[in-house]
Amino acid sequence: MPANKEDGTNPEGHIWRIAPTRRDFVGFLGWGAVLTSIGIGTLAWVRLMYPRVLFEPPSQFKLGKPIEYAPRSVADKWIRAYRFWLVRFDDRFVAVSATCTHLGCTPRYLNTEDKFKCPCHGSGFRGFSSGWKVIATNFEGPAPRPLERYKLTLADDGQIQVEKAIVFRLDKDESEKPGAFLPYA
Amino acid sequence: MAEAKKGWFDIVKSSYVWKSIFRHEYQDTYRNRVLQVSSNVFLHLHPTKIRRHALRLRFTWCMGGITFLLFLILTVTGVILMFYYRPTGEYAYHDMKYLQFDVPFGMIMRNMHRWGAHAMVIAVWLHMFRVFMTGSYKPPREFNWVIGVNLLVMTLMLSFTGYLLPWDQLSIWAVTVGTNMGRATPLVGHEGPFADFLGVNARYDARALLTAGRLVGAATLLRFYVLHCIFIPIIAAVLMIIHFWRVRKDGGISGPL
Repeated sequence: MPANKEDGTNPEGHIWRIAPTRRDFVGFLGWGAVLTSIGIGTLAWVRLMYPRVLFEPPSQFKLGKPIEYAPRSVADKWIRAYRFWLVRFDDRFVAVSATCTHLGCTPRYLNTEDKFKCPCHGSGFRGFSSGWKVIATNFEGPAPRPLERYKLTLADDGQIQVEKAIVFRLDKDESEKPGAFLPYA
Repeated sequence: MAEAKKGWFDIVKSSYVWKSIFRHEYQDTYRNRVLQVSSNVFLHLHPTKIRRHALRLRFTWCMGGITFLLFLILTVTGVILMFYYRPTGEYAYHDMKYLQFDVPFGMIMRNMHRWGAHAMVIAVWLHMFRVFMTGSYKPPREFNWVIGVNLLVMTLMLSFTGYLLPWDQLSIWAVTVGTNMGRATPLVGHEGPFADFLGVNARYDARALLTAGRLVGAATLLRFYVLHCIFIPIIAAVLMIIHFWRVRKDGGISGPL
């Protein structure tokens, strides 16, 4: 391996030395320390911008016991308060978001026409008889994707609990993920 | 020729204090004219000499200068507004109304800030259009174009963050819609491409960084306030310093190369 010249420079005249001198080494340590602390500081700052506790309205609600819901029904009793439908199929519950995926209006459920219909721009989403897998899939109007679904669990006291912060999207094939529906026979 | 009598101004000018501040003679010579400009921190921001064509409005539209003037106006009026405005959910809207309806000259300060902000966005676009149409982005000015694009982004960010501060329905929903675009950011937005790669979700992604949570709330207001009053103006000011300096180093304003 060729060595540096007496003064530590490259024998072939390049600016880079072949072997690091003691000065290079100390310089490397110094710059490494500076850049490492800037990096750690930056990471810490980014983490600081995400507080552990958020002071936001609750996103979890209890919806009563499963038996309170009529079989094969689309319950719109929670629309005003929490803005979703609780749909009971033969073997499961699904919570369908009432926020249109077009521009965020609130659709209505039209029982006789068997569809969710948005009054703003006429987006239509498939109704109850299409089954739990494809219910609320967009089929007419400008809406680009199906209505979202919220996470459902059974609380310890036997009530249905909805978590609106966790959504499942049909267009991402998430309808069968755990929590996307609540099994109930 | 009789020696002129020394007036009080001559006495002041020959004093030690005056000479420690202004280090050139006052006699009207070409050298002193240059020194007056180059030895003064504020005047030296201007070139000591400018070419005749630099003053022709048809070349520059003066849009860069107007943008900078508006930035100064917005800084002054913005600081004045800060004396009354409290960036919290309870007070922000009422302080805005208080400024409008009760504080003496509050209405004109708020409106100067508001209309000046609108004008600055327009002026900055016209400036960019002018630079493009005159080909002033070409070498050796290509890096200054890059700085300018960053300044444009900073102007738009100032506009966006400032829009939330009145804290009325219009601003809250405008910012809701605006920050919702952050969901689709590649990698760091939870609805964007490759979101699963980093494992971001609605609680921890680019939008949550902006809004300080899942929705636009009081925490968002404070965050936007700090961004609007401190963070972005400092970045914009630093970029402006580089921008103006480069204008001179890259051949001067509106000069053919």
